Formats: sequence, C-alpha cells, structure tokens
Amino acid sequence: MGWKIRLRKRFGFLFKWIFKKDKMRIGIYGPPNAGKTTLANRILRDWTGDIMGSASDVPHETRKARMREGVRIEVDGRSLNIDIVDTPGLATKIDFQEFLKYGMDEEEAKRRAKEATEGVIEAIKWLDDLDGVLLVMDSSEDPFTQINVTIVGNIEARGLPLLIAANKIDLPNASPARIKSAFPQHPVVPISALKGLNIDNLYKLLAEKFG
Amino acid sequence: MEGVQLNLISKDRLDRMATMEKLRMILDEVKAGKIVVLESGLTPEEEAKLIEMTMLEIDHENFIGIEVESYPQKVVKSFFKKIFGKKEGRLTLIGPANRLKTLEKHEDQIRALVQFS
Repeated sequence: MGWKIRLRKRFGFLFKWIFKKDKMRIGIYGPPNAGKTTLANRILRDWTGDIMGSASDVPHETRKARMREGVRIEVDGRSLNIDIVDTPGLATKIDFQEFLKYGMDEEEAKRRAKEATEGVIEAIKWLDDLDGVLLVMDSSEDPFTQINVTIVGNIEARGLPLLIAANKIDLPNASPARIKSAFPQHPVVPISALKGLNIDNLYKLLAEKFG
Repeated sequence: MEGVQLNLISKDRLDRMATMEKLRMILDEVKAGKIVVLESGLTPEEEAKLIEMTMLEIDHENFIGIEVESYPQKVVKSFFKKIFGKKEGRLTLIGPANRLKTLEKHEDQIRALVQFS
C-alpha cells in the first residue's frame, strides 16, 4: 500500500472533523446473534417510535442490510442526527446444518445459508460508506473471536470512530469487563438492548463519539 | 501416513505476493483440506477480502467456510508509527471450518483443534 493512501487513511478522521457532516451514517456491526437488530429496534423505538426489523434466536436472522435515515438523538443538550445501518452478522463460515436445529427443512436451511453468505458480503461492502461504527458484542461470550478481531482491525484501518456495545448484560454470566480488557483502545458501554439497561449511557456516548 | 497437511508460508514469500494472489492461494489450499500457516498473517483489509471470497465459494456441501486463528494487532503507541507505520499482520493459521476448531483464544495464546477427515 502506498504511503499516500496510508496518510489519507490516518488523517481521514481529521478531514472528517474539519468538514463535519450534518448527518452521520452509523453502521451496527457484530457477529450473528450479538443483538444488532434488537439494539437497532431499541434505538428506533426510543427516538422514532418505529422498529428496524424482526429479531430472533436463529442465527443470521438479518440477511440484508437495512437503513433508517434521519434518526435524531438528543442527550444533555447535545443532538445527533444519524442514519442507522443494521448489518447482517459477520462470519467466516456458514453451515446450513446449523439451521436444521431450528426446525427448518433442508431446502429452507440451504436457502437461508445462501442468503447469509450474501449478507456477510454486503456488510463488508457497507464499511466503505460509513462515518462510524457501533460494534455489538455478546458480553456473555468470549470476545476474542476472529470476527471481532477482524471487524475492529478493519474499522481502525479505515480510521472510523468506534463504540463497542457490550450487550446482554442481563444474562447471569455476562462480563463486559472481558470486552474492555480485550479491546482497551476503544470505549465500551455495557448494555442490555433487550431490557433497555444502561441505554441512556449508550446515547450519551453516541452523542459524544459521533456528535 | 494419515494426517492433515500443514503449509507454512514465510513472510518473505508473502511479501512478494499480491493480495489477490495470496488470498487465492490460501483459499485453494484450504478448500483442498489443508491448513495454511502464515508467518506474517494478513492485514485487516486482506482478512475482510478473504471473508468475502470465502462467502462466494461456500457451496453448502463440501466447503462451509474457513476458520482463522490470529492474534489482535498490537496497539501502536508512537505517534510517528501511527502516521507513517505500516500495520502488519501477525502469525495466522487458516483452515477449513469443518476441520479446524477454536478451543480457546486469548490475547497472547490460542488453542485450536485440528480434526482428521
């Protein structure tokens, strides 16, 4: 990679800061079943009264990226105008056999697996059109997965601001501290998108980070 | 002798290869059931491209994807290195998802299981 490209990537944040947009496009990323759509629904319900889409326990429920434009968040006198992009879960493998466990027949499972592979590609492509990323991790699981490492690496390489939501803190074995120690270079906010725990703090940090 | 073939690729060889050449080589080897060990790993952009290519090649019968094992990139503290330094990947192991399984992963240690066919 040429030094000019590297320089542009390193100083991208400065360029964005000087020519600040009125509206930020924020992507919600993470592995499957981390709670991305649940969080998108929570944000939309709180600020627009609407929802983004259906969430379920079956992995790869979201197989196409969905965008909601013009969401206005107001916290402590600060306001943030964002477009929210809810992306399909990122993965390095997709086995249709996994879906059979959820009562699907083989044809349906294979169709879902194919759509999921297309969703992963779409999610990666979206990284080039974003102004910031809200990375959702399941705090009841080990954060040191290859997908988390790859997403964080790509966001850093693109110079995008990143906020990590340590989701599912309502679960008994949740440990947001593990996520904090795994990615100490980025702000981590413990939340439960499903129960709405600590969501106000997330909005505050969103306004600080992306506002 | 039965076993799993490991292909260890040196940093020198990786440096000589173009991104697409590297990724094609990795995918071809992995699809043939081999485990590829890269001395200097891949950049985050290359990893993302590898995931994209993998998704295009999943056939839901013989190839269900890859398993990648690598450490997170080191946090660069020096300002000069942040601006001008080239980020390099770290030791990386890539294999077929149906043969390679992560057991435990920490910042400085990875335990994985390689299954015979």
